[in-house]
Amino acid sequence: MHCRAGEVIALLGPNGAGKSTFLSIAATLLEPTSGSVTYGDHSPRRAGAALRSRIGLLGHDLYLYPDLTGSENLDFFGRLYGLADLRSRVTAALEQAGLAERRDEAVSGFSRGMRQRLALERALLHEPRLVLLDEPFTGLDDAATTALRVRLIALRNAGAIVLLTTHDLETIDGIVDRAVVLKNGRLLEIDSGAGSLRDRYRRVCAAAT
Amino acid sequence: MPGFIETVMLVVRKDLLIEVRSREILYTTTFFAVACVLVFAFGFVREGEPIDGAAAGILWIAIAFAGTLALGRAFERERLNETLRALLMAPVQRPAIYIGKLTGILLVLAVVELLVVPLVALMFQAPLLAHPVLMMGLLTAGTVGFAAVGTLFAAMLVRARSRDVLLPILLYPITIPVIIAGVRGTAALIQPEVDLQMARAWLSMLVFFDVVFITLALWTFEPVMADS
Repeated sequence: MHCRAGEVIALLGPNGAGKSTFLSIAATLLEPTSGSVTYGDHSPRRAGAALRSRIGLLGHDLYLYPDLTGSENLDFFGRLYGLADLRSRVTAALEQAGLAERRDEAVSGFSRGMRQRLALERALLHEPRLVLLDEPFTGLDDAATTALRVRLIALRNAGAIVLLTTHDLETIDGIVDRAVVLKNGRLLEIDSGAGSLRDRYRRVCAAAT
Repeated sequence: MPGFIETVMLVVRKDLLIEVRSREILYTTTFFAVACVLVFAFGFVREGEPIDGAAAGILWIAIAFAGTLALGRAFERERLNETLRALLMAPVQRPAIYIGKLTGILLVLAVVELLVVPLVALMFQAPLLAHPVLMMGLLTAGTVGFAAVGTLFAAMLVRARSRDVLLPILLYPITIPVIIAGVRGTAALIQPEVDLQMARAWLSMLVFFDVVFITLALWTFEPVMADS
């Protein structure tokens, strides 16, 4: 599989297919048992911290500290990434997440959708070039879903590679440049032919069984 | 990108901030250590007379048990929302994350020891504070050695299903030399005929263990966390 700058790619597949594991490997958190991943000319082992600084990962478990406030979470991770002008970045991220007025409230008091929005901002705070999103639409209401769709398009226009997993095919239909299915350990490309993304996904899955 | 020390400080500051808010680890470990000493006191103090040589062992058992509890809870916090993965994703030197977590646990254990040492001294009529510098040296070096191994194991086991059972099973056999050195060094300080030379020898042994354990942990932390 080859990903190019300015692409939004959907990684689809049934539960347990290995989509999250695939993202963990792409995020350098796991080493593949076979095969390899390269990032341009860089391998994850050699590039190390410099490579990780260009990757943003939104995991299914959100990676937020519930006892810290929204702004403290962003501030902590922003400092770990050594970001300049951090205060204004955090303010902008909280506004983007619609949480500016609740910036000093503990994350444990947030709803799932609010935590999801904050986690997305945490993953994007350092303006990564490779954006890995595991089920990013989980828990989002209509307005937040629309905002995330707009955000994905903006990331593509800014030249980032966005690799996302989802089962919500209707939501991403029209904004992804490519979709691939992970099934039985194989990656199958979904053609860009006629029909909705879900119809094409079903055709590929049926052909694979 | 932040340097090694800055990363350590960030992790420590974050852990302390969470602990100040929740006070979960401090309260549970302190209560557990105090309860441990009291239970032993009921068993080993008869008519106001403690059994000879029991105080040193009980002090270190309380520290080891409380330390195990603190290690488990500290990493349960990182497991709950997979925040350890977010730390490992950050462009920082991963050993600095280890030192940061270790420092946070040491600070909690220092508070526990501030309570437990006078309590053991009181309950077992042990002159633990007669040689404060040596005693502090033994406590510091022993706690560092125990927590250095424990922090590495707790991080390794963070995603293991039976982590609560596995942590003491792995930790205690490896830290036995630290516990023995701590007990013997403390005993040398509180026995009727104080043996300062022996206490210093055990302290040197503990410092040696600390250097070995921390070096090994710094060396192995990144590889063992690679597949976390």
